[in-house]
Amino acid sequence: MIRILKYVILDIIKNRLVLAYAIILAVLSWSLFSLEDNSAKGVLSLTNVVLLLVPLFSVIFSTIYLYNSAEFIELLVSQPLKRRDIWLGFYTGLSLALAAAFMIGAGLPLLFFADLGMSLILITTGLLITFVFVSLAMLVTVMTRDKARGIGLAILVWLFFAVLFDGLMLLLMFQFSDYPIEKTMIGLTSLSPIDLARIMILLRLDVSALMGFTGALFRDFFGSRSGEMISMALLVLWAATPLLISGLRFRKKDL
Amino acid sequence: MIQFENVSKRFGSLEVLKNVNLDMASGHCIALIGPNGCGKTTLIKSLLGMVIPDEGSIHVNGAEIIHQHLHRAGLGYMPQIGKYPGNLTIGQLIDMVRHLRPDQPIYDEYLIDSFGLRTLQSKKMATLSGGTIQKVSAALAFLFNPPVLVLDEPTAGLDPLSSETLKLKISQEVINGKLVLITSHILSELDDLVSQIIFMQEGRILFHKSVEALLAETKESKISKAIVTLLAKTVNS
Repeated sequence: MIRILKYVILDIIKNRLVLAYAIILAVLSWSLFSLEDNSAKGVLSLTNVVLLLVPLFSVIFSTIYLYNSAEFIELLVSQPLKRRDIWLGFYTGLSLALAAAFMIGAGLPLLFFADLGMSLILITTGLLITFVFVSLAMLVTVMTRDKARGIGLAILVWLFFAVLFDGLMLLLMFQFSDYPIEKTMIGLTSLSPIDLARIMILLRLDVSALMGFTGALFRDFFGSRSGEMISMALLVLWAATPLLISGLRFRKKDL
Repeated sequence: MIQFENVSKRFGSLEVLKNVNLDMASGHCIALIGPNGCGKTTLIKSLLGMVIPDEGSIHVNGAEIIHQHLHRAGLGYMPQIGKYPGNLTIGQLIDMVRHLRPDQPIYDEYLIDSFGLRTLQSKKMATLSGGTIQKVSAALAFLFNPPVLVLDEPTAGLDPLSSETLKLKISQEVINGKLVLITSHILSELDDLVSQIIFMQEGRILFHKSVEALLAETKESKISKAIVTLLAKTVNS
């Protein structure tokens, strides 16, 4: 696995798109921190950018990269290697390369400008979100053979978690506002990795009042150490599950 | 050396391989020919482990290979259209494949040298022409001196000189006792190269004959004509 990983990373870090991604993140974070006099506000603005841009780039770049590597994957399969190792090699290669780009683009300015506790939580969730969406991209590519359809599906995955899911939650809240649905809402939140990440960050920033009427309950749950641990574990699960399913399918896939 | 036993494969409703039985021995250069979509590529891919057959078994040196991976240390594969990570250089790509097969430290670098790939070491894969990529693919297939070589349209896209170099190398390896499996549409090219012909049609093996037997049977002097004559006969009868 490590032998493949090394060359996947070597290939990706020289990719212009990844370079552009790191630069865009860097420009955004430096400018946001220079505009805001209060670093907490800077972190808040950056959170919104990170939670839109990081999943979008991770899922689409990984999907395109995997489709373009189809022939290369065939060549690797014809070598004396286990399919599992090939698949894991691609996953870790993509994840680490994109994580490095995120660290350079957003991680460094955060550590430089913001309070350590706040920046660490945003960095951790940013990295976890990267791992989750690379994993989802692996699942998308193994499910569809057609490149155009696969990329469409990847965009749909992002659109669903970044935009549509919030809308659905809001709709649910309005429809059932007469009932005690707070606990259900917490459960439903775990169905979207982006919302999990957002809530974790916002609660750490102590702006839970912005989150409406379930804010207090979220604060009770996510604000505590154990709540934070549980949501982090859920994000790890969100990265592991699609990867596992895609790996099982890849083992039986005809290339 | 390689045995296919009742191998079948279907993609959805399309039956690509129908009960294929084959026995291929070392020291031969075997041409796999047939019309487009006859199952040649699927046959090769199931030997390489890219396609997993629905039924039947494939043995290499007596060992079952379906769902196994270690036997591929004895396989060299040259794809029809090679596509490699664009930002890697030729040198890095060759190093990578070497690292992937660490227990095979004896290299056959003849093709790397005779194709002049050493002077192109630091060129990125994305900047190479189709022919040069073919040369890289060929060099990689022969690099580990494998007892079985699978070449998919090896000379398509190569210039005449390199094409001759490759054909010479193939003949040498056959003399050295290797098994070379070639698919090609250019029948005239096979004449001085192959010793056996496998003809496939609609997922079945139509015949598997030695070149001498084929030429004697049809009273022709060239493989291409012999096959046409034989096909005409089977259609008429």
